[in-house]
Order: sequence, then structure tokens, then C-alpha cells
Amino acid sequence: MLPGGLHASDYLIVMPVAICLLFGAVLLMLRKRIDWHPFFAIPGFLALFVVDVLLLLKVAAEGPQTMMMGSWKAPFGIAFTVDMMGALFVTVAGFVGLASAIYAVGSINRTERRYGFFPFLFLMMGGVSGAFLTGDLFNLYVWFEVLLIGSFGLLILGSEHEQLDGATKYCFLNLVATTLFLITTGYLYGLTGTLNMADIAEKAGQMENDGALFTIAVLFLVAFGMKAAAFPLNFWLPASYHTPRFVVSALFAGLLTKVGVYALIRVLMMLLPPERAELATLIGWVAALTMLVGALGALAQSDLRRLLNYLVISGIGIIMAGLALPAADGGLVDAAAAASGQATGATGSAMLAVGLSGSIFYALHSIVVMTALYLAAGMAARVAGTSSLRSMGGLWRERPGLAALMLIFLFAVSGLPPFSGFWPKVALVRGTIGADLPWLAAMILLSGFLTTIASARLFALAFWRNRPAPGEAPPQMRSEFMAEGEPSPAFSLLPLLILAVFVVAAGVTPQWLLAWTDVAASGVVDPASYVESVFGGGS
Amino acid sequence: MRTIIFRFTAPYLTSLMVLFSVFVLLRGHNEPGGGFIGGLIAASAFAIYGIACGVAPVRRALYFHPLAISACGLFFAVIAGLLSVFTGQGFMTGLWAFPAILGGDVGLSTPLLFDIGVYLVVVGSITSIALALEERESD
Repeated sequence: MLPGGLHASDYLIVMPVAICLLFGAVLLMLRKRIDWHPFFAIPGFLALFVVDVLLLLKVAAEGPQTMMMGSWKAPFGIAFTVDMMGALFVTVAGFVGLASAIYAVGSINRTERRYGFFPFLFLMMGGVSGAFLTGDLFNLYVWFEVLLIGSFGLLILGSEHEQLDGATKYCFLNLVATTLFLITTGYLYGLTGTLNMADIAEKAGQMENDGALFTIAVLFLVAFGMKAAAFPLNFWLPASYHTPRFVVSALFAGLLTKVGVYALIRVLMMLLPPERAELATLIGWVAALTMLVGALGALAQSDLRRLLNYLVISGIGIIMAGLALPAADGGLVDAAAAASGQATGATGSAMLAVGLSGSIFYALHSIVVMTALYLAAGMAARVAGTSSLRSMGGLWRERPGLAALMLIFLFAVSGLPPFSGFWPKVALVRGTIGADLPWLAAMILLSGFLTTIASARLFALAFWRNRPAPGEAPPQMRSEFMAEGEPSPAFSLLPLLILAVFVVAAGVTPQWLLAWTDVAASGVVDPASYVESVFGGGS
Repeated sequence: MRTIIFRFTAPYLTSLMVLFSVFVLLRGHNEPGGGFIGGLIAASAFAIYGIACGVAPVRRALYFHPLAISACGLFFAVIAGLLSVFTGQGFMTGLWAFPAILGGDVGLSTPLLFDIGVYLVVVGSITSIALALEERESD
């Protein structure tokens, strides 16, 4: 117990952000000593992950945690509030951040380190962690900006023509989305007079339904949908994610779109539930089309990374399916309750939580698996000297270990047992069928089927068949991959093994994670404990 | 812009502006001013010096790379927030000390440290952008 009344473990909630910013600043000051960077970066990411895990355990034991910045009282100060959902997201983010940093030590060359790879990585992780931890809507916007600045730096690391082209699209679309987010936050502030999420959740629930909140919900859906690359606004992702280094693509694909999804869940499910329920059908269509566009796009691509870009989009659609369930106490629930034979509001609420739990589980799985797939693809492209599926081949014989790991991740992304993608899909299919949305369940299964075909095609072309004769398909972009050099196998395989441990553990024994995502989902559907943590004696 | 008048006055103008920026920074807690506006004034001072005498002398005079200055500011800002950890209060809670120098009414505080951090971040980043733009023009 410290003199001011706070226990040392109460500071865990700000530590992820503080660690990232501190290490980022120190590494930027040491910009000339690029040989030292890995020796700071790896312990830094290790510390970040350890703090994240401690925070997760604390939240699991004691419920949502709040710290008010500068000891201001809620709702006037900026609150950092972490509930189970935020803790799970931030822990998995720290997990893939650590894996990517280990991978980057072996694959990012000296020039790129001099341009500031590791400082930007820390800055981006700081932004991502802040977005998952904050309990203030405007502060969420600020963390979005921080992570965008970090990601801009990572995106143009090589200053190549193609990268600048991708970065322009990425920056422009993201700035439009962030501006929309800011404007909408302004509207919401004008309406409720508060930015604290717990306060908004209470005040918005008491307001009469005159369409203003509905407008705000639609605007949030557009802004975060753009961030998350949901269907009509997904075109920026395949246009930009294939240009940076593989490890950067991996983090972008794993984390950045999921921050958009997280914000969508937080704002629509927790702050504006009645408006979300009115939008449920629209969200359902968006989810279904996002899944299909992603899966069909993946089938059509012949470049390794472009194929993976579309798999990211497909995953976003599946996560959004959990947000499309009808409300617990709305008009639509009658049909759903009738389907399950019980006409109580509690059933609807429980069903909502089942679907949302599946969404959160799938989002966590998707963060890990997409990162792993891009990292594995980076290794494969380096071994083959190209990332075009037309001229790759024979990797099964050259790198059996890599091929086996790739197979695990491809199984997981397709949602096949016994890996981590299977159980959240079961939960989502159960949730959608229970909510009388069989067409959405069918879409989830169909997109899973198409993803399986796309994954099989990837594996067959790049790994299984023999390498085509050089004359048939001249390798393109060979110089780019050779320039990165061949890293030692430990640095490349170790992060993949770490990520594979999660994928297998969450697939073979999903109970531990499912128990946590259930708590997370019910904490979002019924934010009483979240509100209590902010206002009930929060320090 | 290499006229003799400009080149002659630029060093004086720059030193005055940097001095003024520190003044604006320090008065900022209770009166208009602060780290951000002070940083902008200092950055424009370096930009003027760069326009008059070329970018290389500015980089030599700054000694540290502008981005390193920026990083140092970020470091100060985070440290200013973390200091309250040792007193057991919320992150970024303002701490004040009135040491017995200059009559005891000079307040040293973590908000001041934070403001200095903001000042350095703004100086570093804006100077880095300005110098990069000027360099391109003179090549």
C-alpha cells in the first residue's frame, strides 16, 4: 500500500501504454546505435506482455479496473477502464507484438532499423494498448491517432514507390474514418454532455429515442466499419497491406483492423445497445457480404500476401456476425425466443452474450492467426525468393517445419478442428441459429468452406507441388526478398512456434479462453460492473 | 533568401525567438503560453536560421538530431506522469514542490516537466519537418 492509497498493482492498467511510450522514446533517442535496438526492444515487448498478463489475471480475479488520470473525479477526468474484453484484447496484442518483435530482429535490415522500425513499433503498440484500455470516447480517438502515426511510419519504411502508393490510400481512408469518428464523438458529446463511456452508457440508456442517437450509431458504424475493413469500405486494405515488410503487414493485419472491431463492439454493444438492435439486420448483411467478399477475393488472388489480405477481411465479417443478433428486449426477440421455446428476456440477453462471446473469441483467434500467417508467408517468400503463387513451390520438401506450421495456421483460419478457429465459429453458428438467423449461419459456414478452398490452394501451390521450372514463370520482385537476407532459423521459427502454441491450446482445450470470453461478453451486454468500477469509489 | 541583411539579422532574431519561447513555456502554467506554443516559436526560430544560413549550420548548432529531441520530450512527458506512482496517486497526478530558492515562491511541478516534454516534442518534430523541406529547396 502506497501513501496515496493506491496499491502497486493498481498501476498495471497504465503500464502497457507507459512501457511502450518509454521504450519508443529511448530507442528514438538511440537512433544512431541501431545495434542496441534489439536488446532494448525484446525485453521491452517481454515486459509489455508480462504486464498485460498480470492485468488480465487481476481483472479476472477482481472485475473491471479503473484509474482516473491525474486523480480527477469521474466523469470529468479521463478514465482508463479495463474490463475483461479490454484485458483479453490487450493481452493478445502484447502476445503478437512480442512474437513480431522477435521475428523482426532477424528480418528487418539495418537501413530499416535506422529509419526507426522499433520506435514506430513501440509507438503503434502504445496506441493499440491505449485504445483497448481507455474508458473515454475522446481518448479512444486520441489512441487511434497515436497508432495511426506509428503505422504510417512502419508502412513507408523502405520508401519504395509501391509502398508510398499503398500508404497514400491507407492514410487517406484512415484519416476520413478518424475524422468521421471525431465528428460523431462531437455529436454524442453535444447530446449527452459527457465523454466517459460508463457515463454515456447510463445517459444514453435513459434518453428518449428520437433518432438522434440512431444517427450517431450509424455514423459510428460507418467510421469503425471503415477502420475494420467491413464490406462496402474494405477496398483500402487489399490496396495497401501487401506493400510493407511482411512483419509489418502481419501486425497490421492482426491488430489494426481488430482495434476497429473492438471499438465497434464497445460503442455499439455497450454504449448504444437499443440503436444497435435496430441496426442488427444491416450489420448482419454487412457481416455476410464482408465474409463472402473476403473469401471470394482470397480465391481469386495469385500473390501470397494479397490472398492473406482477403482472409483478414473474411475474418472481420465473421466477427461482425456476432454483432448482428437481435436485441434482448426488442421486437425481434419474440421470434428468437419462440424458436428456442422460451419467451423470457433473459434468454435473449444470454443469446446475445453467446454470440458476442463467439465474436470476441474469433477476434482474439484472428489476431494471432493472421499475424502468424503473414510471418509464415514472409519466411516462405524469402525461401522461395518470390511471393507469387505462380512461381512458388516445393517448400514442403525444403522447409518441412515451416510447412507444418503453415498447415496448422491454415486449418485454424479456415475454422477446422482441432485448432482455434473452430470453437468461436461453433458459438457464432449456435448464436445465429438460436436468434432465428439461419441465413447468417449458412453464410458463416459457406465462407468457411470457401476459405478452406483458398487455404488448400495456397498450400498446394506454394508447398506441396514441385517448384515450377524457372523458365515457366520468371520470379518477380526477387531482389526485395533477397535484400532482407536469410535470418537464423531460431529468430524466424521461434515466434511462429509461440503463436502456434496459442492456436493449438485454444483449439484443443478451449474452455479456459471460452470462460474468459463469456465473462467479457456478459460484461459488455450488461455493463453494470463497468459503470460500478468507474463511479463506485474509483480512485 | 541569402541577402546580406537577412543573413546578418537571422542569428539575433533566432536567439531572441528561442529566448522568448522559453519565456512563453515557463509562464504557461498560469497565463497564456505553454509548451506547445513555446515549441512552435522555437521551431520557427530554427526554420528562420535555416532559411538564412542553410540547413547544415542549423543541424550543427542543434547538435542532437531533431527527432532525438522529440523523443527526449516524449520521455520527459511519460516520466512526469509516472512520478505520481511513487506517491500512490493516480497516473499523471500533479505534484508540486516549493524549494527554498528565490524566496520559495518558485513552483517546481510535474505539470512543468510535462510541459517541457511537450515543448521538446514540438520543437523536435516541427524543426525536423522544416529542415527537411528547406534542404530539398537548397539542393
